Amino acid sequence: MLNYLRNLDRRIVFLLMGLAVALPILFKLSFPEPVPEGSQPYHVFDQIDNLPDGSRVLISFDFDPGSQGELLPMAMGFTRHCAQKHHKMYFMCLWPLGEPFVEDAMNIVIGQEYPDLIYGEDFMSFGYKPGAEAVIKNCIVDMKTLFITDSRKTDLNKIPMTANIKSAKAMDLIINISAGDPGTKQWVQYAATPAGIPLVAGCTGVQAPLLYPYIPNPLKGLLPAIKGAAGYEQVLIAAYPEMGAADIVDSKYSSKAALQRMGPQFVAHLLMVSFILLGNFIYFYDKKGGA
Amino acid sequence: MIAKRTIPLLMASAVGFLLILTYFIPQTEQWGADAMEMFIILAAAAMVLGAGNLVMMNLAKVSRRSEGWGYAAITLIAFVVVLVIGLLKIGAHGTAVSPANAWPSNPVQEGSPFWWIYQYGLVPLTATMFAMLAFYIASAAFRAFRAKNVEASLLLGTAFIVLLGQVYAGYWLTDFLPADPGDTAWSQFLNGLRLENLTQMIMDVPQKAGNRAITIGIALGIVSTSLKVLLGVDRSYLGSAD
Repeated sequence: MLNYLRNLDRRIVFLLMGLAVALPILFKLSFPEPVPEGSQPYHVFDQIDNLPDGSRVLISFDFDPGSQGELLPMAMGFTRHCAQKHHKMYFMCLWPLGEPFVEDAMNIVIGQEYPDLIYGEDFMSFGYKPGAEAVIKNCIVDMKTLFITDSRKTDLNKIPMTANIKSAKAMDLIINISAGDPGTKQWVQYAATPAGIPLVAGCTGVQAPLLYPYIPNPLKGLLPAIKGAAGYEQVLIAAYPEMGAADIVDSKYSSKAALQRMGPQFVAHLLMVSFILLGNFIYFYDKKGGA
Repeated sequence: MIAKRTIPLLMASAVGFLLILTYFIPQTEQWGADAMEMFIILAAAAMVLGAGNLVMMNLAKVSRRSEGWGYAAITLIAFVVVLVIGLLKIGAHGTAVSPANAWPSNPVQEGSPFWWIYQYGLVPLTATMFAMLAFYIASAAFRAFRAKNVEASLLLGTAFIVLLGQVYAGYWLTDFLPADPGDTAWSQFLNGLRLENLTQMIMDVPQKAGNRAITIGIALGIVSTSLKVLLGVDRSYLGSAD
């Protein structure tokens, strides 16, 4: 038996990992997700929630489809939260493949769940702009020479939300959803720090340790990976129970998407721990001459 | 010599110092923005250069029939198809601003062929690439993650705590410990041993401290390297050695 495990075919490992992820999805396995008071989801929630209704919020979707599994639930959560508070939402993205997510946030989440909000008055999109940190740096000086039109090719001076805005310094909060560079680190360096604009972010798991040093200043809150998103969803639904309505939970961009994804994560993590334990058991057994 | 080395050197130095200046003197912000505008235009132009390079490299591979030329051919076909559909806005429809004209429409307009390629080609392909990581990590965890020495044991212990603390298993395994820190040092200590609290402590204290130290070190290195470039001491970015 030990000999079999020692030479375990990697395809068995792959199969077990596949089952660990697939079965919880198929059987909709979910677990409670306690969010301790004072944890990051609360910090992020408070930053958005404590702003007066109708505040200006710049939301940058800096990710692509590769990271959507981790980041899309929190991106849609941010959108819902801002829409709920009637904040003015200014969407943009520094990743070319992030723009369709912005469109979905506007057309599907806002369009279907908050039909009273009007494009140009309550939310708008600058679209994608190449240039990474240069775009951020220019955003805090003069947005209109940078963008000229919105993503729908309307002159920014003709859009009520942007007509009287010169730069991102007019924003009350920046929300960044980041999968790498350019992302949260650049928003910290080129916008939040020099312009003193509060910043909250959501990021992938691998990025989180690199962003913790910026908490609490200038990064006011961080949602690390799907775990952070699940906590944020929990806090959101507790504060706004209407977001937990069946039609929103069952919609394309469910208000419980991250919570649902914690099921497969739970089983996959347990499997990983089991693999590590098993691997080490074999290692120590062999070391003691058990073989 | 002057056109090839001295002028680029002076340009880099002037723009570099200008951007430093804008950070400290708000009145010079607009100058910095103008310089960055040039960078944005160059970045857009670099995309064209990158695309040209991709075509040349893959064309050479296909024409030489070198190893893996089939993949190069697929890359080229995909590149041309996506480029033509995207640039010519094939199948796109007009916008609210100009209903009869598809040219100003969003590149990824819902329902358009470009959107279809994005939604049903790119999204599943990139998501699959990332999802495959889980399989390789699982295999690596089984084969390579061994407590061979003190450092590896520490890493293993930390990984254990964080892996379990990130999911409900952490709460479940240490649920017998007090959930409320209470007033006494003992109850606070026991509360701190709950896996979710241990995970947070690892992220907030040793991880944050280590990362801050590394970040500060990197920043100091960048400052010294940047100064060398701006003062013209380091000219390696200009190409051949001086």
